[in-house]
Amino acid sequence: MLNSKISYKLTFGVVLTVLFAISIFAYFNIQSETKNLLAEVERHANQLSEAVKSDTEYDMLRNDRNRIHDSIRRIGAQESIDRVRIFNKSGEIIYSSGSAEIGKMVDKQAESCYRCHSAGKPLEHLEMAERTRIFRPDQDSSRLLGIINPIYNSPTCWTAACHAHPSEQTVLGVLDVTIPLTDIDRNIRRSQVAIVILAVSTILILSLIVGFLVRWWIDRPVQELLTAMRHIAGGNLAYRVEVKRDDELGMLARSFNDMTENLSQARLQLFQSDKLASLGRLAAGVAHEINNPLTAVLTYSSYLQKRAHGQPDIHADLDVIVSETIRCREIVKSLLDFARQTVPKKRQADINEIIHRAVAVIENQLSLGRVELVMDLDEALPRVTVDANQIQQVFINLMVNALDAIGEDSGSLKVTSKAITVCPKGTLQIKRALCRKRHDLVDGKVQINGKPAIGMRFRKKDLTGLIHLDPVYGSHEHLLDDMPPLEEGTDLLCPDCSASLLAEGEACPVCGSPIYAFEVPLKGLVQGCLQEGCGWHRWEQVDSEWNDEFVEVRVEDDGCGIPETQIPKLFEPFATTKGQKGTGLGLAVTWGIVDNHNGTITVESEVGVGTSFIIRIPVKS
Amino acid sequence: MTMQRDILVIDDELMVTRAVVKICSAEGITVAAADSAPEALRLLENSRFRLVLCDIMMSELDGFQFLEELDRRGIQTPVVMMTGYSTVENAVRSLTSTGAVDYISKPFTTDELLTVIRRSLRCSMLLDEAESAGLPRHGSMSYVPCPANYYRLGYVSWVLLEEEGTARIGVSDLFLKAAEGIRELELSLPGEDLVQGIPCAFATSLDGSVHGIICPMDGKILEVNADAQSNPSLVEKDPYFRGWLYRILPPNPENNLQWLST
Repeated sequence: MLNSKISYKLTFGVVLTVLFAISIFAYFNIQSETKNLLAEVERHANQLSEAVKSDTEYDMLRNDRNRIHDSIRRIGAQESIDRVRIFNKSGEIIYSSGSAEIGKMVDKQAESCYRCHSAGKPLEHLEMAERTRIFRPDQDSSRLLGIINPIYNSPTCWTAACHAHPSEQTVLGVLDVTIPLTDIDRNIRRSQVAIVILAVSTILILSLIVGFLVRWWIDRPVQELLTAMRHIAGGNLAYRVEVKRDDELGMLARSFNDMTENLSQARLQLFQSDKLASLGRLAAGVAHEINNPLTAVLTYSSYLQKRAHGQPDIHADLDVIVSETIRCREIVKSLLDFARQTVPKKRQADINEIIHRAVAVIENQLSLGRVELVMDLDEALPRVTVDANQIQQVFINLMVNALDAIGEDSGSLKVTSKAITVCPKGTLQIKRALCRKRHDLVDGKVQINGKPAIGMRFRKKDLTGLIHLDPVYGSHEHLLDDMPPLEEGTDLLCPDCSASLLAEGEACPVCGSPIYAFEVPLKGLVQGCLQEGCGWHRWEQVDSEWNDEFVEVRVEDDGCGIPETQIPKLFEPFATTKGQKGTGLGLAVTWGIVDNHNGTITVESEVGVGTSFIIRIPVKS
Repeated sequence: MTMQRDILVIDDELMVTRAVVKICSAEGITVAAADSAPEALRLLENSRFRLVLCDIMMSELDGFQFLEELDRRGIQTPVVMMTGYSTVENAVRSLTSTGAVDYISKPFTTDELLTVIRRSLRCSMLLDEAESAGLPRHGSMSYVPCPANYYRLGYVSWVLLEEEGTARIGVSDLFLKAAEGIRELELSLPGEDLVQGIPCAFATSLDGSVHGIICPMDGKILEVNADAQSNPSLVEKDPYFRGWLYRILPPNPENNLQWLST
């Protein structure tokens, strides 16, 4: 499990890369250091050998062998020199700092002769690099660097008085200086150790830092997202990830929160319809089961009722049983209607006509309750495509509810119908506005007409400040403070992350000024112009999807009203506040029907003042 | 030993059959009861009944399978379906199926039950008479010949599709005969929507019982036959022409036609 963690993988990857890089670096570093040191020693040895050569040259010409021996011995006695020797062309050691060797022959295949003699025919001229050699005389001793310096024939040699080297001879002998590499080797080893220590500590520190950063920047936010996902998967859709940063993971967290919110809304709706569907199945089952016993009750009681004609007291009691059983039958019927909630059989219909029919159904209840009925119907109402029976049921339900709310007192019931055009402009509120990095510009700190405004920051050179835009689409009561007109050089920014809110390369089609743009989650892009007096505003997705013509019917009563706490539950099955009265399904059925017609139903109520139900049905279905 | 009784009632709910037996016996109608379709089929082998009252939702064989079984065995006793799961689809389907002449939705009152039973018994009698007069029992069980291009819902109502896309609906002569004389006709108003399978008019017969006339087709009422309303006897005299009830605008006649017969 641990190996699979992204932080470990990343750290491992980085450490491996660094290890590789530093190893290569260390290798070449050691190589070049060694090379430099050796070159230095080589140069030094060469100088030494030249010095010996020039030191002994005079004695050579004079053929003063003792002085030469002396010089060689003296030089060879120095600590930094292993040995100095001169041998002649045939390999006989003439002079040496180690006197024991003098007179011995050097094997032409030995390490000091090998260079020139390896090709069979002796070479007469050697490059510097070819003259040096590094060797180990035996297994346990330290390394030695030897440098040979050929002693060339010169006119002074063959004209010297002592003896004459023949003039045709090129090389007279070889000066071989050997110096120990003990110190150099020690230095090289020390710098090798230093570099290895440096490399190891760099790798360690780097992996610690990388590990920490990865943990801080990646691991923790990812872990938080994972925790959130586990919560969501476990059904806790209210869980939100805390958004702390602006990087991609912060944006991911924000998008995740958006998604969760949409999901929870969708689930709420699904839950509602699922609840209704399962309630429907339950209702159907109950209706089926209850119908049989009810049949027995109703048949027996109505049978007795027929037979009890002569006995008024019994007859009256039986009347109650029969009528209440018939009421049960109606409840079961409404349960079944609710359970069916079939696709409405829609036709063109006149809502006013449906209202009249609904009123006709409840007319006798009106006269009993001393309720004044006020009808204010718009004669020019457009025809709508609805299931007239279902919509009539909606009106009957609402009017019966209104009558119940009025109760025994006198009161009034008002039914109004009118055609309305609900333009998205001027009504639709922008509740969330996201910048490119998905910061919500609606921060709730400033309100315009009681609605949280959209905050932006403007900047022109050094001048900067906050402005707030009207959140109602198409409305322009912005709070622009002292913002200069939007033109070249002025920028609009997200107050959180300073991402530009100007639509690049786009201009207002009306006045040609720069325009701003932001995103509304799931509802597309909103663009607008801030030029004074222009007021161009575009919200493409809403404009294209909006169904603007509605028929609105209000059913208002001045009855007891509904407490605010009950309103959210009003359209749920069995949320009745009517005690013994009603089935508790009326408003749930009503909601289902209106919803099936793509309409909306809302309620406005105040305890003691009255209740209004507002139904809006789209003219285009 | 063949024994003639009026009614065979089939329901897996004992209380229902008992209630039906009790009510009918009190009215002098002879009844036998069965608690399942197979038992009813056994009873039908040995006895003759004028009418079968059968529940739709039963465990072993349901009402529709029972009707198929009757058809397979060539038993021509008319059947009235009882449906607790009172959906329009069930009602219409039961009327369309071979053998079912009518339906009653549970729970019902004594009067509702008796009205349906009496009407169906008379219907069964009329069918017997028609048979003995040499007419086929199914196909044209009409006294007044029903025109060929008319569609019928059971023996109750008919619909005629007109060229303008409208339709005319009315009540069949057999239903009127079985109801024995109409005193009053209660019709809906123009503009109302009618739904196939749900009563669209109520006829009060001379004995005071109220008969729901099941609508054969969905549609909005364009015109109500005022003559029929003011003079119900016109419907009895000329049920297929001058005695029509409504002219309607059906939104989707093809959908409704699958449950209608010609």
